[in-house]
Amino acid sequence: MSAENEKTVYESACIRENPRSKNEIVMYGVMLPKHMPIKLAAPRWLWLTLALLLALLLLPLAAPLFYIYIISVIFVTALLAMSLNLVLGYGGVYQFHHAVFYGVGAYTATLLITELAMPAWLAFAAGPVVAAFTGLLIGWFCVRLTKLYFGMLQIALGSLVWVIAYRWYDVTGGDNGIHDIPMPEFLMSFQGAYYFILIITVVCVALMYLILNSPFGATLQAIRDNPERCEAIGVNVRQHQLIGIVIASFFGGVAGVLFVALERSVFPGLLFWVLSLEILVMCLLGGWFTFAGPILGAAIVVALRTVASRYTDYWTTILGIVLILLIFFLPEGVMGWARERFKPRASKADQGGVS
Amino acid sequence: MVVDPSTVASLLLVGLARAMILFIVAAGLTFVLGVLRVPNVAHGSLYMIGAFAAFSITDAFGNNPAGFWIALVTAPLVVAAVGLIIERALLSHLYQREHLMLILFTFGLMLILNDMVKFVWGADYRSVTPPEILDGSFTLFDFAIPRYSIFLLILGPLVALSLWLLSNKTRLGKISRAAAVDREMVGVLGINVSWVFAAAFVIGCLLAGLGGALVAPTTSISLGMDQTIIIESFLIVTIGGLGNTWGALIGALLFGVSQSLGLLVLPQFAIVFPYAIVVIVLLLRPRGLLRSVW
Repeated sequence: MSAENEKTVYESACIRENPRSKNEIVMYGVMLPKHMPIKLAAPRWLWLTLALLLALLLLPLAAPLFYIYIISVIFVTALLAMSLNLVLGYGGVYQFHHAVFYGVGAYTATLLITELAMPAWLAFAAGPVVAAFTGLLIGWFCVRLTKLYFGMLQIALGSLVWVIAYRWYDVTGGDNGIHDIPMPEFLMSFQGAYYFILIITVVCVALMYLILNSPFGATLQAIRDNPERCEAIGVNVRQHQLIGIVIASFFGGVAGVLFVALERSVFPGLLFWVLSLEILVMCLLGGWFTFAGPILGAAIVVALRTVASRYTDYWTTILGIVLILLIFFLPEGVMGWARERFKPRASKADQGGVS
Repeated sequence: MVVDPSTVASLLLVGLARAMILFIVAAGLTFVLGVLRVPNVAHGSLYMIGAFAAFSITDAFGNNPAGFWIALVTAPLVVAAVGLIIERALLSHLYQREHLMLILFTFGLMLILNDMVKFVWGADYRSVTPPEILDGSFTLFDFAIPRYSIFLLILGPLVALSLWLLSNKTRLGKISRAAAVDREMVGVLGINVSWVFAAAFVIGCLLAGLGGALVAPTTSISLGMDQTIIIESFLIVTIGGLGNTWGALIGALLFGVSQSLGLLVLPQFAIVFPYAIVVIVLLLRPRGLLRSVW
C-alpha cells in the first residue's frame, strides 16, 4: 500500500455519519480533537525539543549523582510507558501485560552475559529482539480476541512467563533474581550509564515518533477509532495490531535492557502483573492519546516514589488518590487536558454545536 | 518413580482444600464481573482485609474457641462494609466507563487499601489458630486427613449452592442476572438498578472476606498476600468464562489440584503447572470453558 492510500484509509475510517463531527473522533466515550497524524511536529516544538536535549546532555556536569540516577530511572520508565502507549493509546489494543516484554528484554540480556559470557553489546542487542519475538508469540494468540478477552489471555500468557522466571532457580535465580551483573567499564559509573540511556532513549523515542507518523501509524490509529470500518475497506486489522504489538514489545525490551544497564540486576518483579498496571497508570496520568504524555506520567510516578517515600511509608496511597481523582476529573490525562485547554481558538469555534 | 497412593491422596486433599478457597474468592470476582462488568483488581486486597480482620477478631477473644466462628461471620461483614462504602461513594459513578478505566480505578483502590492494611495491622506476619474441633487430623483407612481440609471441602460446595440459589431462586438474583445482560432495560422496567449493583458488589466483597477469613488458619497472614490471589483468581475467572460461577468452580479445581499434584512430578515447578493449564485451556477455548453470562 502506498502512503497516499493509507492516508485515505485513515480519513475514510474517521468520517462519521454526522458531518459536523468531522473534526473530532469519538472514542472511549470522549470527544477528542482529531489531529492529522501525517504531519510532523511544528518547528517550535522541534526547537523546544532540541533545547531540552541540550540541557539533558549538559546536566551531568552540574547535577549531583542522585539526580542523575533518578533522571536515568525516569528515562527507562518513560521509554517503557511510551512503548505501551504505542499499542494502547494509538492502537487501541488492550495490552494488559506489557511488563512481560520489559522483563524478557532484561532477563535475556542478563542471562546472555552471566550464563553464556557473551559480550555486553551483543547481549544488549539480543534483549529487544527476544522481547519482540515473545511479543510476536503472545500477540499471535491474542489478536484473535478483542478488548477484555484479549487482555485476559495476555495476562494468562504473561503470567506463565513470570511464574517460570519466578521458580527456575538454577537459571533465573528465582525470586531472588540476579544481582551484580558484570558490565562494560563505562557503564559502571552513573554518568556513563546516564549518557548511554539518554542516547538510546532519544533514538527510540525518535523511531517511535516516525513509526506513529508513518502510514502504518495512521492505519493503527484508524483501527483504534473504527475497527469495523477499517476491516470493511480492506485493512488487515489483526496483522496491523500484531505488528504494533511486536514493535511495542521491541521497545519494551529496549527499556528492559536499559534497566539492566542502570541497575545491574534483574528480579521477577519486572515481569509481574502489578508492574504492568503501574505502566498503565503512567500512560493514564500523562494522557493516552498524546505522544509525550507517557513521559510525563513516568516522571510523575518516579518523582512521587522518590520524593514522597522519603517523608512517608504510604506514598502509594498518594498515587492511588491521584489516580482516582484523574479517572473522575481528567480521564484524558494531564497532557490530553492541556492540549484540550490550550488548543487554538479557531478549532474551538469550529466545534460549535457539538457538545 | 514410585508413587505412594497415600501421598497422592493427601496431596489431592490439600489441592481440593486450596481449590475451595480459590473458588470462594474467584466466585466473588466473577459475580462482580458478571453483573457489574467491573474487573475488580482490588478484590485481592479485600481478601487480605478479610484475613487480617479474622486475625484481629480471634485475637480479641483470646483462647475462647468461639472467637474463630465469630470471626468467620464478622470478618466478611467488615469487608462488605468497606465494599459498600467504596461502591456508594466512588464506583457507582463509574459504571459507564470502559474496562480499562475500571481496571485502573480498582488498581487505585488496591494501592489505597493495601496501605490502609499496612497502617492498621503493620507489616508483621500474623497467624490464626483454628478451634480444636478443626485442628489437627484424623485417620481414615490409614490416611491422615486434616480436619480443616474437610471443613473447607464441605463449605466450598455450600457456597456454590447458595450462590446458585441466590441467582436463580431469589428476586435479587434474577434482577442481577437480567442487569448483567441489559442493564438499561432493567432500569426501564422500573427497578432501582443502582441498589441492585450495590448489593452485587457487596456480595462479591462478602465472598472475598469469607475467603480471607477461611485462609487465615492455613497460612501466615501478611502484606502482599493479595498479589498472588488476585492473579490466580483472575485466571480462574477467565478459564471458567467471565461471570460464570460454575466455571469459577471448575477453574478453581483445575488450579488447586494441578498445583498440588504438580508437587509429585516436579516439586520445584509445582506452581508453574496451574499457569500452564490455564494457558492450554485458553488457547483451546479463548472465551473460557463455560459460557460467559454476557
